[in-house]
Parts: sequence; structure tokens; C-alpha cells
Amino acid sequence: MRRGLSGFLAALGLLALMAAGAFGQVPSWKPLAQDDLHDPAGPAVNLLQQPAAALSVLPPDGAGNMVRWVKALEEGHIQPRTALRQQTKVQVYDKDVLLNLKGGMPVVRFPHKAHTEWLDCSNCHDHLFKKQAGATKISMFRILSGEQCGLCHGAVSFPLTECSRCHSVSHAQARKELEGQSR
Amino acid sequence: MFLRLAAVRRLGFLRIALWSVVVAIILVASKEAPAEYGDVVINNYSDGAGMRPVVFPHWFHRMRFRCKVCHADLGFQFKAGGNEINMVKIIDGQFCGACHNGEVAWSVENCNLCHSAKPGTPTQVHESTIQKLVAPAGQGARK
Repeated sequence: MRRGLSGFLAALGLLALMAAGAFGQVPSWKPLAQDDLHDPAGPAVNLLQQPAAALSVLPPDGAGNMVRWVKALEEGHIQPRTALRQQTKVQVYDKDVLLNLKGGMPVVRFPHKAHTEWLDCSNCHDHLFKKQAGATKISMFRILSGEQCGLCHGAVSFPLTECSRCHSVSHAQARKELEGQSR
Repeated sequence: MFLRLAAVRRLGFLRIALWSVVVAIILVASKEAPAEYGDVVINNYSDGAGMRPVVFPHWFHRMRFRCKVCHADLGFQFKAGGNEINMVKIIDGQFCGACHNGEVAWSVENCNLCHSAKPGTPTQVHESTIQKLVAPAGQGARK
């Protein structure tokens, strides 16, 4: 009897936690005056655009700004400018690179396209990553220390808690793709 | 006897229910992702000059400009506080001043719109994974 009751209570608690988890997935943004960063006594909090007003209409995410920025750009929800000056050469490069082929985690697919839509080649090459495949040793230790991918991922682009968003390709699939390329 | 048992049970139920609520609140609070993910606080000179530190909201700017505009064309380094920006450079049209000139965006006389952080806030990338991993909550990595 007692065991039944405690079991029931445990289930109830678990349900409450799951409900909380589900509720926590709904994106919400703090008003600037309550974000613990802006000075609520200053004039800016009443004049600047509130995050919720801008971000709630974009494709939702479960981390970072709670916005799928790449999707927002691809689907045209936002049209950010590519250059201020007319003479700027805008370069977009479309080539996926498979990384971490020998690691224990699934293989990383690095999409040049999604990155060069936002960034310029010179932002990463060659001072962060050499262009030649395999020439730069990439490590999670350095990434978690805010270097390499971690310069942006974990600061502005989706955070480093989203492992499977980069480590997304099974080793079998990666082998198949690489064999297809070499043929 | 039965009553007492019932009271104990009720107490136990209340306690567990209470804890569930507490844990649920903590979960919700910790999952509330503030939009200030990626907000950069720049406080190289502000505190010393008696101004509020600058908050640079990445989310606001990336809706209007791609990263490459500032980080390639305008030469912003990927480092909070690492650009040695000052108001002379901005008025000269460098860094923020490339847009904040009254043409593309509001001009420099709107001091308080950028200088909007709580006084004493250290230079940091707010809510960054590194900040969460390394520094205790609310304490940004100091420059």
C-alpha cells in the first residue's frame, strides 16, 4: 500500500518535471529592463527594440537566442545586408566538409554554404583553419575554450550544448559518402 | 492510528508536491533562454569615464547585417573588448561609426542607447557557453 502510494507520488513528480521541461521549451525572452544586463534606470530600456518583439516571429529553436538563424535567413524571414560598400566582393562557397572521421562521436558535417552566407572566407581562413583538409587539428578542448569553432559557437551562433547539430553523420554514412567522392 | 497515518501521508504528499514545484521552477528558470545570448558588454573605458558600459546586441544587428559586414569589412575582431574602440574612432567613421552616423543608423549623440548596461558590468560575451562553464553565474570573464 505504502509502496503503491510512493510510486504514485514519484510518478506525479516525474509528470510535473516533464510538464516543466515541456513548458521550458517554449521560447521566451526577457524584457530588456529585466535581463540583468541593461540598467533599468537608464533611458535605453524604454527606447530599444525588445527581443521578444523581434525574435518571436522567427523560426524557433531550443537554445541560444531561441531562433534558428540559418533557417531564418534561408527562408527569407530576415534579409540582412551583405555589404556596406559597393566594392566589397561577396563570396558564397558551397562545399560540405566531413570532419572528425576517426573520433568516437559521429562525424561532423561542416557546411560551407550556411557559414559563407553569414561570414567571409577571411573570417576563418587561414588564421583559424588552413584551407587544406586535415591540415588544422581541431579539438573539442580548444573549441570549449573559445577557440576555433568555439569563437562563434557558444558566443553568438548556436551554443556548444547542441552536440548533435555538428556531430550529425554516422561513420557508416560518412564512409559511403567519401567512397562515392573518390570513385 | 489511521488518522495519524493519513496525516503523515498528506504531509509526505505535500512535501513531494512542493519539491516537484521547486524543481519545476528551477528547470523553467534555467531553460528560459534570454535573448541576450551573444550580447557583448564593452567596458574598456566606460566606467572610468562615468558612462554606463556599452551593450552590443548581436541578435538585433544580425537581423539587419550579416556577420561579414562588421567582422570582415569593418574589421571587428572576434573578441569582446578586443577592438580598442573609442568615441574618437566612432566619430571618425570607424567601427560602430560606419553605420551610427545618422545615415544608416542613429548618430553618436544618442549616447544612452548604446551606453545602457548596469554600471560596473565587466567586458564579456553574455550567456556564452564559456562564461557558463568557467565563470560562476553572473560573473563574466574579466578583461
